[in-house]
Amino acid sequence: MSNVPVNNGRRRFLTAATAVVGGAGVVGVAVPFIGSWNPSARAKAAGAPVEVNVGKIEPGQLIRAEWRGKPVYVVRRTEQTVTDLAKLDDQLRDPNSEKAQQPSYATNAYRSIKPEFLVALGVCTHLGCAPTHHADDFDQFVEGTPNGFFCPCHGSKFDMAGRVFQGVPAPLNLMVPEHSFISDDTILIGVGSDASKGEA
Amino acid sequence: MLTNFMAWIDERLPVTEAWNKHVAQYPAPKNFNFWYLFGSLAMLVLVNQIITGIWLTMSYEPSGDGAFASIEYIMRDVDYGWLLRYMHSTGASAFFVVVYLHMVRGLMYGSYQKPRELLWIFGMLIFLVLMAEAFMGYLLPWGNMSYWGAQVIISLFGTIPIIGDDLTLWIRGDYVISGATLNRFFALHVIALPLVLVILVFLHILALHEVGSNNPEGTEIKKKKGTVPVEEQSKFTFHKQYTEKYDIVDAIPFHPYYSVKDILGVAGFLIIFCWVMFFAPDGGGYFIEAPNFEPANSLKTPEHIVPVWYFGPFFTFVRIVPDPLFGTMAMFGAIIVLFLLPWFDRGVVKSVRYRSKWHLINLIQFSICFIVLGVLGTMPATPLANNIGTIAAFGYFGFFVALWVYSKNEKCKPVPERISN
Repeated sequence: MSNVPVNNGRRRFLTAATAVVGGAGVVGVAVPFIGSWNPSARAKAAGAPVEVNVGKIEPGQLIRAEWRGKPVYVVRRTEQTVTDLAKLDDQLRDPNSEKAQQPSYATNAYRSIKPEFLVALGVCTHLGCAPTHHADDFDQFVEGTPNGFFCPCHGSKFDMAGRVFQGVPAPLNLMVPEHSFISDDTILIGVGSDASKGEA
Repeated sequence: MLTNFMAWIDERLPVTEAWNKHVAQYPAPKNFNFWYLFGSLAMLVLVNQIITGIWLTMSYEPSGDGAFASIEYIMRDVDYGWLLRYMHSTGASAFFVVVYLHMVRGLMYGSYQKPRELLWIFGMLIFLVLMAEAFMGYLLPWGNMSYWGAQVIISLFGTIPIIGDDLTLWIRGDYVISGATLNRFFALHVIALPLVLVILVFLHILALHEVGSNNPEGTEIKKKKGTVPVEEQSKFTFHKQYTEKYDIVDAIPFHPYYSVKDILGVAGFLIIFCWVMFFAPDGGGYFIEAPNFEPANSLKTPEHIVPVWYFGPFFTFVRIVPDPLFGTMAMFGAIIVLFLLPWFDRGVVKSVRYRSKWHLINLIQFSICFIVLGVLGTMPATPLANNIGTIAAFGYFGFFVALWVYSKNEKCKPVPERISN
């Protein structure tokens, strides 16, 4: 072998070419293997965004939607309810929504895009029970506050912006999922909106 | 007849040759002590895990709907199913017990030092794969702690900036941990990782036999060829691969001397193992945690999410750092520094017996910190626990920094040339 005349330049070129082509092949073959780990079409369909028609909700009423297996509460708050939110600030754990329990466009005094509509997961941040909406008899739990959410499992209390009261087991405000308005009457849960839309 | 048969085989496959090289004529230092039992015990547990694991897959159903029920089925309806499952679950904890002790041995006697760096790295890779294997295995019963433990660990990857969210989505294969996640973890747990583990163990032993075993004295039993008079050399026959290059002193063949000793270790180990398996299979809530007796529930978080005990030390790093990303980095950093241990230690004396007092103190404080971190990891996070954890974390990383500093010009006792009787 050692006496065989060798064209080193050609040998190097062929080695490099083989390595490059082989490497490209490996990358190509890796695509389906890595890709198959993405959520399947079935998982995507089950996790698809959910449209909710809010046009027919009466002021003060709550409707439930289901998104990714979790209940989503949509409440049309009255103007009175929205203005009353600020009064509760000193009784709450996180009145200014500093913990990341909501998208940036809902990090405001009323924790929503439009002050009127609260969209929040109906999942208690303590152990995941579903808090009940008390539309007019919440003052049995918090004096002077007509409406709010009360978790029947361990007594956690939330106000009408889903903010948690002090002295209850739940550590965090109710989660506000990504959502956006696709028309005045329709909310899309699961797809976020940017801040400019939120001010509209 | 049998001799002829072996000769026939040996002409076609070097079976006798391999047996002699790695077992019957492998020179092992004559002074192995108690601490040298854990390598062979780890192999025993590995075999136990593989065999019981194969049998468990025969009755287990890897799906979100069927997993939890199939575990109940194994426990109640399959003949000896409970025993196979407890052998496997107790084996998982036993694996970490023996591996941690095996690593302590390496630390004490400097078995990671030159020329055994690669041996140590293979060992660390085994440890890393073992952790992945245990983590994925813990999801399979689909109990509520399985579910939420996986939730916490997977969300660690979500702390990586920019790609974090997509990465966790890719790992789960769904927007929440679901049957899709369970199925891929099952595939990795029963096929991919065990295969990698077995290959790594093979390489670990091959690397060990290339450089030779260390011993509690930290002296070399392979002397330069021609430097030792024949009457002082070991009287046993060793494989020519070892004797061609070196004069072997103070060594005995692995088999039968250490194989017999290891059998004694196995007997002792099995007594403890069986006691746990039969009388405390849940390990007092540390081997199988209480919330895992109810099925996975994505709407109900267990009150305290704590990892199984063997992840405790590393989990504490995540907890004590307020920033999630830095917490994750601290956890992985705690493993990476272990990989780099052969280069943190700049000393030449191996065994703690002949090193400075500083080294002994450093080793003890490191062990204490590791245990404290482990205990804290299995307890609810409180401000006090986090403060203690922070001190222990400094002790953990401090071990490596201090070692790097003092090992350069360390005042050691003279190491004897030979292993004394």
